Amino acid sequence: MAMRMATGMTTITAGGTTEMLTIGLGHYLTVSAILFVLGVFGIFMNRKNVIVILMAIELILLSVNLNLVAFSSALQDLTGQVFTLFVLTVAAAEAAIGLAIVVIYFRNRGSIEVEDISTLKG
Amino acid sequence: MIAALAFYVFAAILIASAVMVVTSRNPVHSVLFLILAFFNAAALFLIAGAEFLAMILVIVYVGAVAVLFLFIVMMLDIDFSRLREGFQRYAPIGAVIGAILFLELLFVFGSWEFAPDAAALRLNAMPEGGVSNTHALGQLIYTDYVYLFQVAGLILLVAMIGAIVLTLRDKPATSRRQDIAVQVARAEAVALKQVPARTGLGQLGILRPALPEAPKPKAVHHDAHGHAHGHGHDDHHGGGHH
Repeated sequence: MAMRMATGMTTITAGGTTEMLTIGLGHYLTVSAILFVLGVFGIFMNRKNVIVILMAIELILLSVNLNLVAFSSALQDLTGQVFTLFVLTVAAAEAAIGLAIVVIYFRNRGSIEVEDISTLKG
Repeated sequence: MIAALAFYVFAAILIASAVMVVTSRNPVHSVLFLILAFFNAAALFLIAGAEFLAMILVIVYVGAVAVLFLFIVMMLDIDFSRLREGFQRYAPIGAVIGAILFLELLFVFGSWEFAPDAAALRLNAMPEGGVSNTHALGQLIYTDYVYLFQVAGLILLVAMIGAIVLTLRDKPATSRRQDIAVQVARAEAVALKQVPARTGLGQLGILRPALPEAPKPKAVHHDAHGHAHGHGHDDHHGGGHH
């Protein structure tokens, strides 16, 4: 299997791996946090394009998965990976439904701008 | 050493491609960078020891979800130039909220630690020695988490049916879709009758089958091309069996 993330979990503290060449939990959490923030930023930036917003949501879910896998690996506990599997399932279903809604919306309105989508209500 | 170097390379490419997903002008480029991001995340999963999830990420995300995005982006005829109009307007508030969120996450990361008895609190500890990741995961999913697993399948089924129902539409005039109920209901139209030669149907009292309520005006035109089997041609069949 791949490398263990640390020798023993009692020695890990958050961000405790200060040396550059030992990949610990802190590295994964940092990457995941950056990815999450990028996803949230993408939702705010792309107000005209629903498809890019869906992609940003995929990025957010990917960062959550990275977090779960990192903790699973650091604690040597498989529960995180099991839940990553279910998050993947829900993300795939959400993408399919969201894209179907985008398709019928574009069929009706001829645009995918977020400002127009408030006409969906009611 | 090698793993650390690989981690930095993959993480850097992952974050760079995520930046390109959000800021790219062309949605097609966004999807392609999303695929790159998923590949690099799968590599990070591999480094963390989650091989099965890495493969699932490549198969499900790159193979299905990203290709679905690519289909939709290319299928919709979007005016790309209009899509970026509000970009400068929303960039500051997005940056502010992102910065606040990132700072909060940093505070969280800097201030927590594992509980001292975290090792004893593990729910499903990884099995020792010689059991592969996929094997261990399968032993969990199909036993302890079998109900959640089936609910996940149900979610996928509902998503599939929902996507079909949402995008299905009837095109009455131009489509040649099969209407099975109408085909099954036309029972008398294919009846075989033994008719003596040289006598007309009307003299023997054999009537033609009743015409359908509203024959399509285009029925004759279809028949000339020889690929129409609708119920608008019953009279031809009934008259041809003597």
